[in-house]
Amino acid sequence: MHGRPRKPLKPEESAASIDKANKLRALQSQFYHIHHNKIYDKEALDLSAKLLEMNPEIYTAWNYRKLGVESNLQSLSDPDSIKSLLDEELRVVESALRQNYKSYGAWHHRKWVLRKGYSSIEREFRLLDQFLKADSRNFHGWNYRRFVAALQNVSDEEELKFTTDKINANFSNYSAWHNRSVLLSHLLNRKAQGFVPREKVLSEEYELVHQALFTDPDDQSGWFYHLWLLDQTVNQDTTLLISSWPVHGLELTLSNNRTEDVRLSSPFPAFNLDNFVHKEGVPLILYFNQAVEGVNSSTVTVNSMLEKNENLIWKPLSTNKSGKAHSWMTYLKIPDVRNSALKAHTIEVSLGHSQGIISSRGCHCIHPTCFRFTLNLQFNDSENMETERSTEMINWKDENFVTSDAFLQDFTPTLLRFNQLTINEGYVSTISNWHVETLENEIALFRELLSEVNCKIAKLTLARLLMSLDIVMSSGAICKQRTHTKEVLELFNDLVKMDPVHSRYYKDQHSLLLMEQVTSDEESLAKHFWYYKELTSSLSQTNFCLRLNKLSLSRIGFLERLLWIQMLDLSHNELHSIEGLESLQLLIYLNLSHNRISCFTALEPLRLIKSLRSLDISYNEIGIHSIDTTRYLCSSPLSHTRASDCHVEEHATVNVEVANYWEALLIFKDMRLTQLDIAGNAVDNENFRMLLVKELPSLLWVDGARVK
Amino acid sequence: MREVGQARPAKVMALLIIIKPKIVDPAFPTYIFRLKPKEEGIVYFSFIGYFTEQTTSLFLQVPKSRNQTSGLGMGELEIDKHVQYVLAVEKKKDDFESLVMEHLRMNGAYWGLTTLDILQKLGSVDQDAVVSWVMSCQHDCGGFSGNVGHDPHVLFTLSAVQILALFDRLDVLDIDKVSSCIAGLQNEDGSFSGDIWGEIDTRFSYCAICCLAILHRLDRINVEKAVNYIVSCKNLDGGFGCTPGGESHAGQIFCCVGALAITGSLHHVDKDLLGWWLCERQVKAGGLNGRPEKLPDVCYSWWVLSSLTIIDRVHWIDKDKLAKFILDCQDKENGGISDRPDDAVDVFHTYFGVAGLSLLEYPGLKAIDPAYALPVDVVNKIFFGR
Ligand SMILES: [Zn+2]
Repeated sequence: MHGRPRKPLKPEESAASIDKANKLRALQSQFYHIHHNKIYDKEALDLSAKLLEMNPEIYTAWNYRKLGVESNLQSLSDPDSIKSLLDEELRVVESALRQNYKSYGAWHHRKWVLRKGYSSIEREFRLLDQFLKADSRNFHGWNYRRFVAALQNVSDEEELKFTTDKINANFSNYSAWHNRSVLLSHLLNRKAQGFVPREKVLSEEYELVHQALFTDPDDQSGWFYHLWLLDQTVNQDTTLLISSWPVHGLELTLSNNRTEDVRLSSPFPAFNLDNFVHKEGVPLILYFNQAVEGVNSSTVTVNSMLEKNENLIWKPLSTNKSGKAHSWMTYLKIPDVRNSALKAHTIEVSLGHSQGIISSRGCHCIHPTCFRFTLNLQFNDSENMETERSTEMINWKDENFVTSDAFLQDFTPTLLRFNQLTINEGYVSTISNWHVETLENEIALFRELLSEVNCKIAKLTLARLLMSLDIVMSSGAICKQRTHTKEVLELFNDLVKMDPVHSRYYKDQHSLLLMEQVTSDEESLAKHFWYYKELTSSLSQTNFCLRLNKLSLSRIGFLERLLWIQMLDLSHNELHSIEGLESLQLLIYLNLSHNRISCFTALEPLRLIKSLRSLDISYNEIGIHSIDTTRYLCSSPLSHTRASDCHVEEHATVNVEVANYWEALLIFKDMRLTQLDIAGNAVDNENFRMLLVKELPSLLWVDGARVK
Repeated sequence: MREVGQARPAKVMALLIIIKPKIVDPAFPTYIFRLKPKEEGIVYFSFIGYFTEQTTSLFLQVPKSRNQTSGLGMGELEIDKHVQYVLAVEKKKDDFESLVMEHLRMNGAYWGLTTLDILQKLGSVDQDAVVSWVMSCQHDCGGFSGNVGHDPHVLFTLSAVQILALFDRLDVLDIDKVSSCIAGLQNEDGSFSGDIWGEIDTRFSYCAICCLAILHRLDRINVEKAVNYIVSCKNLDGGFGCTPGGESHAGQIFCCVGALAITGSLHHVDKDLLGWWLCERQVKAGGLNGRPEKLPDVCYSWWVLSSLTIIDRVHWIDKDKLAKFILDCQDKENGGISDRPDDAVDVFHTYFGVAGLSLLEYPGLKAIDPAYALPVDVVNKIFFGR
């Protein structure tokens, strides 16, 4: 019930309502009789018409009329009598719609009659004009218009013109803008006559939408259309490889030597084999500018002298079952070097020379790319390659982290090389002057609007335009300084104050951009590098840590720039989600303490990081929230992405209500954590710990205490 | 944009700024202009209007007031009154407003009973009576109707199954029969009809998918095709419509996002784009509308909130303000919640208000699952129970 005032009925109103109810009840009981006895004579049909005029929502009465039509049509063959029978149906629908134009049943009945093909479509357009004039946002009307237009084979061009008329009559018509976006994308996609070149069409659309935006900047109708135009302007179909691990030109030293002191040597290319390389081999990770599918041994060629690497199995790093992902990984098998004379292997990875990698937009274009890296193998015979990984406990307190100039000096050249991604050399962007000019023009226009009115969506649009321009200008390069970052960060700060209702939306955007800034070049990234000194020599090669703590981050991004990180400190931020972290396939130690993670299901990305051993999620909000906002973003029986494998009986020995902890079990079961810090969460209690220790055999420390 | 001179409308000194020539007929140019106050603090809104070279007088259009009245102070949820209201609605049959709802009593029962369960008062209902009434609405085909004497429809079949799930009485169903009936509604293109009469709508896709999932019979339909059809109804604003090309609407978005959640297909949703569209449904007063430039309404508290919760973007709205809006819509005397403050209450808005408050983690309420639209404990029992 909508828009009816809350007030007690006056006695006469109340009497009228009861009177009306009695009439309706009488009609209804007669109706049941004719319906259940399949009576379709004129008298009976008139009765149902009367009922529907009183209450168009009685769906059963529409069904009854359809049965009536079908039954009575059987005895008719002359087209005129068929038409007049159907015209009567249209009349009943029309009077029902005048009673309630939102009646689904009435609109459907009309479609059902029209499909029989005896009725005038012209009349339908006239009727629609009336309805859309009375309420230009009536979505039933718009749906019906699309239906009759299709029935009549009205061209998209003509329907587009109708939306132009509606928009010119009143800019504040989201329904018309919506229909325009649908029609125009059809016309653009099939390159209809008059709709090429695309640039010309889009420029005209910008002109049109400006009129709406400048007429009433606070009206949302045009803004969403503008956002769509912006997407059409900057969206690039070509798939690019934007990052990889190992990076191009890297000389990676693999050793199983635990004693060699490599602390002050360049940390990046030296990895101790059993600190991160799994039994499967060396991880090879590809990161694309958009989610793709079709990465396999035939679309990606890996040339090396290493044996048994012909049919590599590539896996999408994604928490869903789409088979598409930004990042893909495989394991390169390491030969038994004791039998091999060759100690250095050059590996060449090339892709894009054949079709098969398809973007989520369905595009087959991929820029051909090739990169090379070298593996130096230094295995010491005396060491046992099968030794269990070291079982040091990490203590994340600040005193354990130091920064050293010597360390950083040595480190910078490595980083530099890491950032010089030459993998897309030769890529000629499809970005033209038109793109840049259009964006610059829009930016100038919105700066001018903002100089007059303080409008939040205009400000947000300006921020989006500036970011788009930066992306367009740096197209193809992974780490190119963006020129507008500072200004956009300020715009988001303004928006937080200006539109407090949506402040956390702007904070999330701010946080993403901050991540961009921090990771954009060696200098800013190096500021966040620390050296973990507690680690004993056996872990010496993993001794540097990226600390992005205390930055008020509420969201993370740009992880393609951090694929090589093994130790990451994200503590003391405002993260409630770690979406995207699954790309960090070398991660061993992760600190998420003092954030706003409210459910175990939010840790789903970590399930994909097989190298992770130590996780600190202490002092979060797990267990205090009744609503789990990541319940459907993780694999579980609820979303039919995973069979239920934690039934209550299995855990009868542990005195806990397992249904309450299914999330924790689903998430942690596949991980091989040795250390978990969970204190400071409401969920933490003795029973829960017992359950964890029982279910996670690899676990050695919980909250700093040895449990095995 | 250029300044063309000064004007003195409404005794306020203002600059007349031409913003954009709007040329419909070149012989008769029209301009859109804005009057910019010269001194700050004199006018608090800008004038917007059109004039043509032939026009001597200006027609000014004053935008809607920016500060909507915020209503009374934050109240508490009148749990007992709402329980009494829901229990009374069931019995009230004599007035016209109750009678026009009679054909969808199955929906009404689901709204009322779920409300009671969230309020932790489901025990005050005669379970056996409800179950036997529900079963009396089942037809030979396996589907359920909105009431005794009406025709079966998937909208009511879902409500019937949800009611039985609330009472943990799914055992009374011939599950294969119900599932066959629903599976029979799937069309070649993956869409679902509501009944034998062929109306197609993504609402029915949700009903079918949710219902079959509760019955553990999703394998009876072609899930891939069902998902592809829903995806074909996705719009360029990130939302979903009832059929391909249909305008995005919060109710429809709930159905599509819910169905995608249940089938593990949320990767088809652009969470940031849709999340922004959805969070912009919150108006300054705190309430949520269902489409741009529409009035706020309590029922969208459910549709927008559940969708935002499923895609983990619910923090983008101001939860306290929304809770206050819902609480302001209570009838504190007689119980029940209405669409907007001071409108007449009904069981539909009472349910959506209470379910919304549950998603907002209002104290003392059972948590509701955003996709199955049933209390979390009921859903967990279905999927993690024996
Ligand atoms: Zn409503």
